[in-house]
Amino acid sequence: MLKRVHFPTSLLPYLLVAPQVIITLVFFVWPASQAVYQSFLIEDAFGISTEFVWFENFIYLATDEQYLDSFGRTIFFSVCVAVLSMSAALILAGFADRIVRGATTYRTLLIWPYAVAPVLAGALWVFMFNPTLGIFPYLLEFVGVDWNHYLNGSQAMMLVIFAAAWKQIAYNFLFYLAAMQSIPRSLIEAAAIDGAGPLRRFRDHIFPLVSPTTFFLLVINAVYAFFDTFGIIHAVTQGGPANATTILVYKVFNDGFVGLDLGGSAAQSVILMILVIAMTVVQFRYVERKVEY
Amino acid sequence: MASITLKDLVKTYGDVEVLHHVDGAIEDGEFIVIVGPSGCGKSTLLRMVAGLETVTSGEIRIGEKVVNQLEPADRDIAMVFQNYALYPHMSVRENMAYGLKIRKIGKAEIERRVQEAADILEIGPYLDRKPRQLSGGQRQRVAMGRAIVRNPQVFLFDEPLSNLDAKLRVQMRLEIRKLQQRLGVTSIYVTHDQVEAMTLGDRLMVLNGGYVEQFGTPIELYDRPATLFVAGFIGSPSMNFLPATAGGGALILGNGASLQGAGHASGSVTLGIRPEHLLPDENGPIRVSVQLFEQLGANTLVHGVLEGTETDVVASLPGHVSADPGTIMGFTAPAKDLHVFDPATGRRVEE
Repeated sequence: MLKRVHFPTSLLPYLLVAPQVIITLVFFVWPASQAVYQSFLIEDAFGISTEFVWFENFIYLATDEQYLDSFGRTIFFSVCVAVLSMSAALILAGFADRIVRGATTYRTLLIWPYAVAPVLAGALWVFMFNPTLGIFPYLLEFVGVDWNHYLNGSQAMMLVIFAAAWKQIAYNFLFYLAAMQSIPRSLIEAAAIDGAGPLRRFRDHIFPLVSPTTFFLLVINAVYAFFDTFGIIHAVTQGGPANATTILVYKVFNDGFVGLDLGGSAAQSVILMILVIAMTVVQFRYVERKVEY
Repeated sequence: MASITLKDLVKTYGDVEVLHHVDGAIEDGEFIVIVGPSGCGKSTLLRMVAGLETVTSGEIRIGEKVVNQLEPADRDIAMVFQNYALYPHMSVRENMAYGLKIRKIGKAEIERRVQEAADILEIGPYLDRKPRQLSGGQRQRVAMGRAIVRNPQVFLFDEPLSNLDAKLRVQMRLEIRKLQQRLGVTSIYVTHDQVEAMTLGDRLMVLNGGYVEQFGTPIELYDRPATLFVAGFIGSPSMNFLPATAGGGALILGNGASLQGAGHASGSVTLGIRPEHLLPDENGPIRVSVQLFEQLGANTLVHGVLEGTETDVVASLPGHVSADPGTIMGFTAPAKDLHVFDPATGRRVEE
């Protein structure tokens, strides 16, 4: 039988966890509850009176074409970011796993982008792709592409996808490399003796064996693309042109602080909150359980 | 089937030479065991034959073909790893079929060969299981199955039994031997276990510190060890080494006792006598002050020191023997069972 150790009751443990609890209350629980409350309110155009309207804001969102468009755009954006950054990371990790000499240098260099703040990452890409000054539009002109993401919505979307994916590669790379290095060397050697070349070994063994990591990263990247890309979009396109890059988080900001529709904006953030809770549940429920192979 | 020739093989890691000019000719169908203590380079040598390590200099030939530059896949070999290296995401059947699938062999033929190997190894009922659902012994069989379906020219075994318990190890040892005899495939087997080496190998290559100490049949190694290292490594319990002075056909031990059978040796030598070759004899020249007995049932190990010296002596006597500690027991040893070594070079002094 297990014996419980009993400490005399004292204030100390409560004091020790207090900072964490206060931070959570002030910066998470309170704003979240405010958002929920506000999502039930409509303010008049001059901000003089507010009216409690229950779910009217949500009903309006469900029928608002712009909001639904933004939803679809966000899903497209996240899928692209996740696929792009994960496949790039997978390939890089595949190579990094093979080299012996200078491995640490490569690894360090590949991790650097993760330390770049989202706004700075955005700024970098804005400079590189500036239609009048940037190096890439200049080069693209040679192959007949007229790059102007200030006017062309698809190009703007492409640009934010690249910027967001690029920043996430480092993170994915770390996890993939760790997963690959935990595969026993002899297994890969056995495959080599069985006649599998490097590509075939990657496809038949390494990729299936890192599948738990792939699933984990899929959730992480979806959460990242949904919620952490505000800075990049704000720096690169401000949601434009013509809302072409307005994903859900950006729309929350835009409708609330630019459009001053506080109730509608709060309703959107409540929906986002529900989404992030759902994704976290998925992650905890399924990622912990190893993917079956 | 093929012979394997190792010619002047050298392996260095950076500035460190780990294998020093290894030579060896392995005949078609032979079962060769490479044996030696940890870090002697035996696994490195095997991995060089497999193509998993580069050859610094020298030549490896399988059949008539120099394989130094060939990829492992192109050497027509199969290897069984210490940890089996089964593909965890594939069933037993897929594990065994994998190499054949890559070589683009027809489905029916793959099925036939897998079934045949499964019958030989008695793993038929497990073909659709994943490796993690198998016991150690079963995994071992699957690893062997993966090797034999390919029908390679050479089998390479890298300590394949060291992860099994003692009883299973003995059983699998016999099975590997039977299988190899049945298939007649040239095999190289690496182990640090001298009993495994003695029972499995047609010939043994004893490696120590990257040097080949001796390459010969188990009986040659037992009867005529070429070096002190081989003498001490082969046989259990290991050989007694007694410092002695040789001259005129006689050996004078540290305590002045004299033995016949020094051959042409002269000067200071090391005399080796196996514990099982010490015969009790009241008036024998080798007088041992007994310290303790180890009763093994079939025989008894007598531990002691040569009277008047600090040199340890072990004798293995048949049946049950006992005496009080401190008793002096006399032993004699036939001249043919005396091994004389030069202590400076560690080499055997030829008769």
